[in-house]
Amino acid sequence: MGGRDATMVLLDENGVRCDGRKVDETRRIMIRAGGLKNADGSAYIEFGDNKILVGVFGPRDVHPKHMSNTDTGILRVRYHMEPFSVGERKNPAPSRREIEISKVIKEALEPAVMLEKFPRTAVDVFIEVLQADGGTRCAALSAASVALADAGIPMRDMVAAVAAGKVADTVILDVNNEEDQAGQADMPIGYMPNLEKITLLQLDGVLTPEEYKKCVDVGVKGCKIVYDLQKKALTDKYFGKGGD
Amino acid sequence: MTSTSVIDELKKSQILELLEQGKRVDGRAFDEPREISIETNAIPKANGSARVRLGETEVICGVKIQPDRPFPDTGDKGLFICTAELLPLSHPTVETGPPQPPVIELARVVDRGIRESHMVDVSQLVIEKDKSVIGVFADNVVVDYDGNLFDACSYASTAALLTSKTPKWNWVDEKPTLVEGEETDLPISTIPVSVTMGKIGNHIIVDPNGDEWDSMDARVTITSDSDGNICALQKGGSDGFTQDEINQCGEISVRVGAKIREKLKEAQKGSQ
Repeated sequence: MGGRDATMVLLDENGVRCDGRKVDETRRIMIRAGGLKNADGSAYIEFGDNKILVGVFGPRDVHPKHMSNTDTGILRVRYHMEPFSVGERKNPAPSRREIEISKVIKEALEPAVMLEKFPRTAVDVFIEVLQADGGTRCAALSAASVALADAGIPMRDMVAAVAAGKVADTVILDVNNEEDQAGQADMPIGYMPNLEKITLLQLDGVLTPEEYKKCVDVGVKGCKIVYDLQKKALTDKYFGKGGD
Repeated sequence: MTSTSVIDELKKSQILELLEQGKRVDGRAFDEPREISIETNAIPKANGSARVRLGETEVICGVKIQPDRPFPDTGDKGLFICTAELLPLSHPTVETGPPQPPVIELARVVDRGIRESHMVDVSQLVIEKDKSVIGVFADNVVVDYDGNLFDACSYASTAALLTSKTPKWNWVDEKPTLVEGEETDLPISTIPVSVTMGKIGNHIIVDPNGDEWDSMDARVTITSDSDGNICALQKGGSDGFTQDEINQCGEISVRVGAKIREKLKEAQKGSQ
């Protein structure tokens, strides 16, 4: 999504990354539960320079009707990037990439949401990427979990997500845009810490079998960091001073 | 396949019951893929092609190679694009019209596995830097469906690319000009092999057939290269995997993939 800078040093001799982070450090993460008036639940996340807003509606009637299921509720997810969210203007129509990401996020959330309690209904999750800087699907998934919880929808767990990856032959946590473009591998992971289940996993880039295992391990550990911030966002809203 | 096929609940419970006893519906071992047959040069008008049958799933891949404009930020690299499409004759539930999300995912996962392995060395596909490069298009069509299109399309693409011949173009008068009678093999650096595993209950099975595919709780597709490294992965389906299961799937994919790679090499040799 951006130009490549061949002169950039992704990891210097002191183990410091191009944005000053250590190998096992995430970017700055800020999650806020709520914020939208009309949505049944909402969340906003800033994950490094990513800025993503999520609104949840439902359980509600399904339109078109033929999509409804008499045995269970259905989850629908739309991941969408604003035309101004990236360097060069993005065509606002949903791209194939956005359709795929919508699908993997939906499947990552499904194990967490107790949809079987609401047959014939739909839960709609709308994800709007206002600004993108690498790792949007993980940030979006983390925020979507908080928005679903904020909507009061019964859940088994929340899905926390962050990417692991490889730059300069080193396994790192939380791949940023530069590292994604110029690095060697990117592995987004979504994980339910209480149920110990990985619900989103993708990889592009070459890893040895040892690096593969290490990436999964580093990613799962990173998800636990994000998970604490998700819980904090909800307690801040419902039990904190600034609650509404 | 697509969520539109009606799942036979009886079949599903039978499949799970058998798995509990350590058996699969078609008698295979848990880590055993179906019979793979590869016919190369199935479409002589293409620059390379393959018809692959994985059990009763059948895919045809044709490779077209032609001059193209490079992407603005990669003027020193040729293009590689892989697509996949479900033809309406492949299954009663497939409809014409724009591709649905599962088919978009299929095409992108197949493309990613081959692209991320750097199988086709696109740096050798430049006619004139920043102006003209060689584009390699591997288009897959599914003609018969019985589960696991990810691997069937991946093997078809790989087999077609391994047997592709690229014409030669020179940069003459500011345009690419075909050099008659000069054909070479595509620059190939590795042979990627994808292995898709389904999770039913707590059981992991390699290469799910159509009935197993409809009964899966989750799936994962892992692509490994000739060095035994893992180069792409996609998890799908409405359940999760434990960390141990993901590690186990990684090992299975490299081990099973190595055997399938030998079949692809045989197909390549057979076409020469």
